[in-house]
This record gives sequence, structure tokens and C-alpha cells, in this order.
Amino acid sequence: MAKKKKWEYSPAPESKQPAAIAGRYALFINGKWQKPSSGTYFNSINPATEEKLSEIATANETDVNKAVQAAKQAYEKYWKKISPTERGKYIFRIARIMQERARELAVTETLDGGKPIRESRDFDIPTAANHFFYYAGWADKLDFAFPNKKANSLGVAGQITPWNFPLLMAAWKIAPALATGNTVVLKPAETTSLTTLKLAEIIQEAELPPGVVNIITGDGQTGAWLTKHNDVNKIAFTGSTEVGKIIQHTLAGSQKKLTLELGGKGANIIFEDAPIDQAVEGVVNGIFFNQGHVCCAGSRLYVQESIAKKFIQKLKDRIGTLLVGDPMDKNTDIGAINSAQQLKTIQAYIKIGKAEGATFFETDCVLPKKGFFCRPTLFTNVAQSNRIAKEEIFGPVLSILTFRTDDEVIEKANNSPYGLSAGIWTDKGARIFNLSKRIRAGVIWANTYHLFDPTSPFGGYKESGFGREGGLQGLHPYVQLS
Amino acid sequence: MTVKKPVLNPQILNHPPVEQTGVEERSVRFTKRSIKGPSKMQGLELVLSMIDLTTLEGKDTPGKVNQLCTKAKHLHDHIPGLPTVAAICVYPSMVSVAKKALEGTKINVASVATAFPSGQSSLRIKLADTRLAVEQGADEVDMVISRGKFHAGEYAYVFDEIAAVKAACDKARLKVILETGELGTLDQVRKASTIAIAAGADFIKTSTGKIQPAATLPVTLVMLETIRDHFQKTGKKVGMKPAGGISKSKLALHYLVMVKETLGDVWLDKHWFRFGASSLANDVLMQVAKEKAGNYQSPNYFSID
Repeated sequence: MAKKKKWEYSPAPESKQPAAIAGRYALFINGKWQKPSSGTYFNSINPATEEKLSEIATANETDVNKAVQAAKQAYEKYWKKISPTERGKYIFRIARIMQERARELAVTETLDGGKPIRESRDFDIPTAANHFFYYAGWADKLDFAFPNKKANSLGVAGQITPWNFPLLMAAWKIAPALATGNTVVLKPAETTSLTTLKLAEIIQEAELPPGVVNIITGDGQTGAWLTKHNDVNKIAFTGSTEVGKIIQHTLAGSQKKLTLELGGKGANIIFEDAPIDQAVEGVVNGIFFNQGHVCCAGSRLYVQESIAKKFIQKLKDRIGTLLVGDPMDKNTDIGAINSAQQLKTIQAYIKIGKAEGATFFETDCVLPKKGFFCRPTLFTNVAQSNRIAKEEIFGPVLSILTFRTDDEVIEKANNSPYGLSAGIWTDKGARIFNLSKRIRAGVIWANTYHLFDPTSPFGGYKESGFGREGGLQGLHPYVQLS
Repeated sequence: MTVKKPVLNPQILNHPPVEQTGVEERSVRFTKRSIKGPSKMQGLELVLSMIDLTTLEGKDTPGKVNQLCTKAKHLHDHIPGLPTVAAICVYPSMVSVAKKALEGTKINVASVATAFPSGQSSLRIKLADTRLAVEQGADEVDMVISRGKFHAGEYAYVFDEIAAVKAACDKARLKVILETGELGTLDQVRKASTIAIAAGADFIKTSTGKIQPAATLPVTLVMLETIRDHFQKTGKKVGMKPAGGISKSKLALHYLVMVKETLGDVWLDKHWFRFGASSLANDVLMQVAKEKAGNYQSPNYFSID
């Protein structure tokens, strides 16, 4: 009997056309595209193909100063004065144009950052638009957000975003700042500036008064000038704990308000009474979403010892079905690592894990020849003392530990300098309440992982940062109450 | 000689709980795979070969059943090389008619039995019903579980009944209908699936088609996961049949994706997976014709029997 042909999916590469990426991007200052005074540009590449996508301006100190002055003037001249309802209208307009240009933004985000098109299309872009919609609603209702108090705006907010969710993080930062009456100077991460620059186009299209939002591009030095600038009244930073500490040093003794959203090493905890199959999904989603480039990734997996063997087998079976490859293909589950540098970091950690004696497992999927890719990786037989259990890897690498009792796992989960996120999988409601009260993490998911909503605050404890973004709480960092 | 009667092992009732939100999230992911061109054609032909073409009406007559059997044999002769459906599914009284009409083909005759669709009768009647179907020549028996007993917590009764029907089936393959629309939660679906498989089901099936909701992706996923866990534990395969509410090709292809990613390619075969449907076949045929001709054709070209 002839062997039947295996049924396979069809390749479904998204067209690059809708991205419409310009050959070169200038700085968006005072409502206009301005050439950098440095005269220098750096290349932005597609991490899946290593091809050049565009050239992006490097803002030097003069440019940073220009942007901050533009924001300051816009604050005094327009944004402070217009009615909150008018402010809200502008923000609604941004949200709607983002929806209209959703395809363009999704394709650009995937080309620029390497994340699967399915994620940028179904998660990044719609959630970013939702943040603008949500905070647009707050603009004229601040009296209800802070009853019996007056919420005063701060002035110029300096904002620095990371490379893992470029547009979404820009939305998290710009939307509440504008809603509360502040003006903005935002610097996106060097490797992923394109969607933020497109957001600048959208802001232009929405006819915001010039200078209310300024987008300047560049590397860490540009960010340093921005945080140091005297006329900036508030700094919001999302990125590594290392840089967060430097910013805190810089700002010490200044009047500037600060919020930091830094690294994490999320504990995802599976009890023996957990909904096993859904927990497997939650673990997969927790660590392999966006190639593991997620600050709240569930990168430390704690499985109750009684079910560990069975659970790990199920997990291996499941990740064996994940499709790794071209991020532009709609079938792809795991795309490209964001940069050569990040891939190096991840590979270094995999080496460390092996050297430390943990048991290494990776799937046998075929990786594309070009671009930066990493197979989904598991380490079993890991202990708290292993570096791969302590340090943030920021890649598709999961460290699996076991535990016996509730108290033990709480202690282990808290035994980390980080405190951003955790997941609890159990059928017992009381256990969920007990653990979520005692685990020090900003977000704790019960029987799910990586669920986000604009109405829900997000932020960390300990070295994962402070201040909250999202929800009513997300307004606080941008107001002075009187 | 006595055959050892299977007994319900109470331990199997301690199955892992099911979280509905997670199941729904996972189900959505199956709908996002890309199936077009040759992949779509292969998928559609696979769907056709897995259909249990069904008529289960009080007004069924030999005439109606004969016509349905003709349809089963000649799905759409304008397109040569199409597979036939897997089986015709009828009431026990119509089995002999179908059997005769399908003589010489590889199409099976499936018969519902056990006081279908409610199952509200005694074991004696249900066994007689089953034997009638088998004696008439049914290759497959689609039984219903006693949902009343299940809800009353009498799991051993439900188990014993399935085991008894299985014994009465002789060589016919037994499909056990859980009627998930009456079970209430996915936890209950998991429990009923576990009991049915342990009692000897060759297939587990979602619905009678008489109750809404019938088959859904989340319900089917929970049943497939039960089958997978059983297979991993015992090495024994069990088939799956979603029935009712699957009338469009696109949805049927989503089911195939789910089977592929949950149980693997081995299950993508009519021996292990079926669709219980009456109007699905024509929709698939229209899609096949469209793939061949490049444009949609009028529904009038596709016979309705």
C-alpha cells in the first residue's frame, strides 16, 4: 500500500508591501521632520534576514535639547491650556488612525523586530490602539480618577522604550502622559525604531499641536541626554535593570518623577491539581511568546514534584509542534531573535546552563540559514543556585525546577531580585489567594499567563522597578495631586 | 467460558481539571494556520473521506435512505477521483436498506442505537436495540450514554452500560455519544470521555445532533486530549467523531488542524476521525470544484439527497 502523503500547511508569507518603510527617517521635533544636527544615521536591519530596512537619525545633545524645548513650549502654549475634552479627542484620533493603519504597523513591527506576524497583528497593534482608546476616555474624567483632589500635569515627560514591544510600549507611555496633560519626548530602542516613527506620522496626521509629542532616535547616549535634561519633569523608562539603576543614579536629588519597568524572572507555578493541558499551553505561552523577549515571561517554571515527569513530557511534546521560522509567515509560532547581540547573550546562557550541569533539551526544528534564530529550549534539573534560574535570559529558554509544598514554592518564587510577574496553576481557589498574597510580584496570573488589558495596571516590585502603567494606577506617575 | 467483564476503576475519575478559558484560547490558535492551494485540496479530500453522511429523522423511509446512499456513492461525478464518504449513519430500522444499497462498496453502515437520542430506557431495551442494528448488518454502532445517570453521579452504571453495549456490538465498532451539550462543563466532558474510553469505546463522539450546542472546537479539544492521554498511557488508539453543527469546509479544516496538532498525523484517517454531518459534504464539494475551476459554481450543480 502506498504511504499516504502527510498533510502539511501552506506557506503563507505576508507581503512586505504594506509596511511602506522609507529609506531614511529624520527626527520628529516640533511637529516637523528635522535632520539630525549630528548628520549621522544608523542602519535598522531585519533580524530574520539581516537585510537593511532603513536609515535612522542619531539625535545628539543639540537635538535632544531641541526636542525638549519644543515639548516645553507646546506644554505652555497649547497642551496645558486646551480643555481636557479636546485633549481626549486628539488621543481618540490617534487610536483610530492606528486602527486604520493596523496592517502597515503590524508588518513593519514584524520586519523590524522579528516577532511573528500573528503576534504583531493579533496582539501588539490592537493592544496599542486600545491603550490610546482607554486613556482618551480618562482625559476629561480625572476628577473621578482622583476624587476631591486636583490632578495637575507635570510638564515634559521624557520616555524611553525597549525593543521587545516597540509600538505597544510607546502607547503605554504616550497615552497616559497626553491624557493627563503632559507633553512628550520619546526615544525608542535603537534596533526597533520604525513603528514609533510611524506613530510620529500618525500623530502628525492626527494634527496634534506641534511639539506635544516629539520622537527622537538614537542609542543609549541619546537616552542619557534625555534623562539628564533639566527641563524634563518626568522620566519613564522600560528596559534593563542595569540601565534602570544608572537612570536612578542620574535622577537622584533632582525634582524629576521617575517610573521604571525593568527586568523579571517570572515564576510560573504548576500544582499537581492544575488543569494540566491548559497549564502546558500557559507555560508555552509564558516563555515562548515573542521569542521570550518579554520582561514578564514565565522563565522559571516550578512544577510540583509528583507530576513533574508527566508534565515535562507533555511540555516537550507540545513544543515539538511549534513552528520556528520566517516571522512574516502567518503559520510561524516563534520568529527571529531581535538582534545578533541578543542571540549571543542567549547562546551564552545556554552554555552556562549546560556547564552548570542542568539537563538540556531543545526541539529538532530546522532553523533558517540567515537571520538570528534560536530553538525553543528547556533546562530540567535546575536549582535556585543555577545562574539560568537567577538571571534574566530574555530568550526562548525555560528553566524547570521542582517543589513539594506551598510554602516552599512561595519562598523559592520570592527568592529573586526581581518581582514582576508570576503564574499560579491550581484548581483550588484558596491556594490562589494565599499565594497571590504572599508572592511579591506586580502581576500574578491564575490559571492563565500573559493576559493584558489597558484597564489593568502593570509594574514591578524590587529590582523589576516601580510605578504602574495601565489602568487608573497608570495615571498616577503623570500627575501631581493637590 | 466466561469473558472477564470490565469494571470501572474509580481512579480514572481523578482526571486533571479543565480550564475553559485556556481551552478556548488554544482552540482559536488552530483556526490561524494557513491552508490553501494543494494543502487545501488535500485537506478537503480528507474531510470528504471522513464524513458519516447522516439522516436521523422520524420521517426516514427506504426511499430517502436509498437516495442518500446513492449520494454517498456518487458525491460529485463531474470531478473524477474523489473519495467516497466513510459511512452512512441511520436508525436501526434503516440498516438493512442502507446495507443493500451500499453492497459492493467500501462505505460502512453506521446505526445509532440504545434508545437514541435520549437514552432514557432500560439496559435490556438498549441491548436489544444494539443487537437489532448489528444483526441487520451495521458495521458501526453509535450509542448514547445515560446522561441522567451521569449527572446523578452513577458513573459505574454509565460505565457498565457502555461495556455491555460494546459486548453486544460483536465485530461492529462502537462510537459512544456523550451529548456534550447536556453535560454542562468541560470538566464533565473530560470525565465522560474518560469513562467511555475505559469502558471500551472505539470512538468517542460529541453529539446526537438533536441538542444544541453540538460539536464545538473546545469540546472536541478536551475529548482529543483525553484520547491522547489514554494513548500515551496504554498505547491504544481511540477514534473521535465531532457531530452536529459542522456544515462548512473551513470549520472542518480547522478540526483537522486540531487533530494534527493534538494527536498527530496518524489520526488523520477515516479509521480514527469522522465528521457526523449531513450538509458538510456539499460545501466541501463546492470548495473542491472551486479549487479546480478557479471560481465558485452554483449550488444547483450539487445534488441534495
